[in-house]
Amino acid sequence: MILQAMWLTLRLAVLVSLILMVIALPLGYWLATSRWRGKFLIEAIVALPIVLPPTVLGFYVLVAIGPLSPIGRWYHQVTGGSLAFTFRGLVIGSVLYSLPFAIQPVAAAFSSVDRRLLQASATLGASPWRTFRRIVLPLGMPGVFTGLVLSFAHTMGEFGVVLMIGGNIPGATQTVSILIYDQVQALNYRVANQTALLLLVLCFTSLVLLYGLRRTASRSVLRWP
Amino acid sequence: MMDAASSALQVSLHKQMDSGEGDAFSLDVQFSAEPGFTVLFGASGAGKTTILDSITGLQVPDDGRVSVGSRVLFDSARNVNVPTSRRRIGYLLQTLALFPHMTARQNIEYGLASIPVADRLVRIEEAAASFGITGVLNRRPAQMSGGERQRVALARALVTRPCALLLDEPLTALDAATKSKIVDDLRRWIAAHAVPVLYVTHDRQEVYALGDRVIALEAGRIVAEGPPQAVLVRPQSESVAQLAGFENIFECSITAGHPEQGTMTCRIRGTNLLLEAPLTRIAPAHKVSLGIRAGDVLVANEPPVGLSARNIIPGRIAAVLQQGVAVILTVECGAKFEVHVTPAAVHSLDLKLNNSIWLVIKTYSCHVLQTPGGNN
Repeated sequence: MILQAMWLTLRLAVLVSLILMVIALPLGYWLATSRWRGKFLIEAIVALPIVLPPTVLGFYVLVAIGPLSPIGRWYHQVTGGSLAFTFRGLVIGSVLYSLPFAIQPVAAAFSSVDRRLLQASATLGASPWRTFRRIVLPLGMPGVFTGLVLSFAHTMGEFGVVLMIGGNIPGATQTVSILIYDQVQALNYRVANQTALLLLVLCFTSLVLLYGLRRTASRSVLRWP
Repeated sequence: MMDAASSALQVSLHKQMDSGEGDAFSLDVQFSAEPGFTVLFGASGAGKTTILDSITGLQVPDDGRVSVGSRVLFDSARNVNVPTSRRRIGYLLQTLALFPHMTARQNIEYGLASIPVADRLVRIEEAAASFGITGVLNRRPAQMSGGERQRVALARALVTRPCALLLDEPLTALDAATKSKIVDDLRRWIAAHAVPVLYVTHDRQEVYALGDRVIALEAGRIVAEGPPQAVLVRPQSESVAQLAGFENIFECSITAGHPEQGTMTCRIRGTNLLLEAPLTRIAPAHKVSLGIRAGDVLVANEPPVGLSARNIIPGRIAAVLQQGVAVILTVECGAKFEVHVTPAAVHSLDLKLNNSIWLVIKTYSCHVLQTPGGNN
């Protein structure tokens, strides 16, 4: 039971952090470089999950992916299944919930890259894509790592959104934090204690690994200044 | 290889400048740069960087046209705007903008992505040899000296064989010896490749050292162009004059012209002081600015006689300031003159505070400057 919840949580966190990186790299670059006047609106929307209670976010996501919504109906037509109370629905909700934690460090790191380096790259004949790959990404790597670590950790420990969207289905949507809540409700403190300790150790270990990795990575990528 | 690379850079730009501090002005320039050095000279804020950014496409002018030889890079009338990455204009920024996470070799190789690897190596070795940086190719910018960084940045810009080269005050941070060696290397390269080089500076010495041709820029407009001697020795505009080292600039009105003597009499405004200046076509009663170099003024401690100089002005020494090997005198003659003399002259003429002296100024040492706005 505990291992099942643990495995599900880990899968969710890894999948969500990877999806978030796919979103955060282009969106972060756009936020860092765009001079569009309406940019602040996008920035506000991206930051919204930080201030919004998870239950509010979870509720809206649930309504949006539920069988009565256009998205839910379209998904049912295409796949025959439903998004609400499934692992996939959980992934969607978690991506939205952890969005600012992935995007903000990435955007901050990208915008701190000296604009003159980008100009130099362009005058040397590099396309915007090559400039991104060879200049912006390597120099912004510490920020990308921070975004990755934060979205992973944030997804590992999330509770409210998962409860709203996923419910509490062992093997499908029951994450570790939900399991702990469940066991405490059932006055099953021994299992709750074991699970909580396991989650603590797991989170701490993954953070230690990631920060250690970032240290070596930034040392080999960056010897400046 | 006689392609577009051997042709002139032609620039015509108009852009409304908004510095955000209320002193908006419009940039309006038109010039062409032949293969060889052309120096773009002006105070900071005159619009030099905007011109370079517009030529490379990093900024878009309101309208205008930029071309190198037969290649049109920008033409607002025909809606042409070639992206920066395809303009083939080498641009050496003031900050050099070397990529900090790459070695010198990787920096130089960066612009060669489109040519075969074997050719790349040849070009890198060539550039490294001609700019004397073979020894630092495996170092990152942080591990190089200022001069080495400068050379790597130059090699990086030139190895791509650009059609034109723009240099934005690239040598200001270097000592004179390093500077002149780099300039020599650059000259050799330019002679071999025959591309136009636009060199931006606000340093008078650099203008003399480099310029085949100088374009002087002031508040977004070209106020003078020609060989450096012509632009700097007889400057037509007040801000060029300040840059060119005119310590004395006087607002005058013309009281009389003497066509038969080739002179005109000017009165310094707010005084009764008269100066003889070379005759110009500016009509009497008009305002004019006269520029006089502090080193061109002679000093006498009794009324001089039998001189060809037309301007002999009595005055009183109001200040004596030793600066390096020169002594700066401030002389009150009704208007304040700055005069530079040697310490030897101070000693032999016994120049002391409050002494009465006479200033002697040749007519041709009084340079008629165009006043901003009143040019015709």
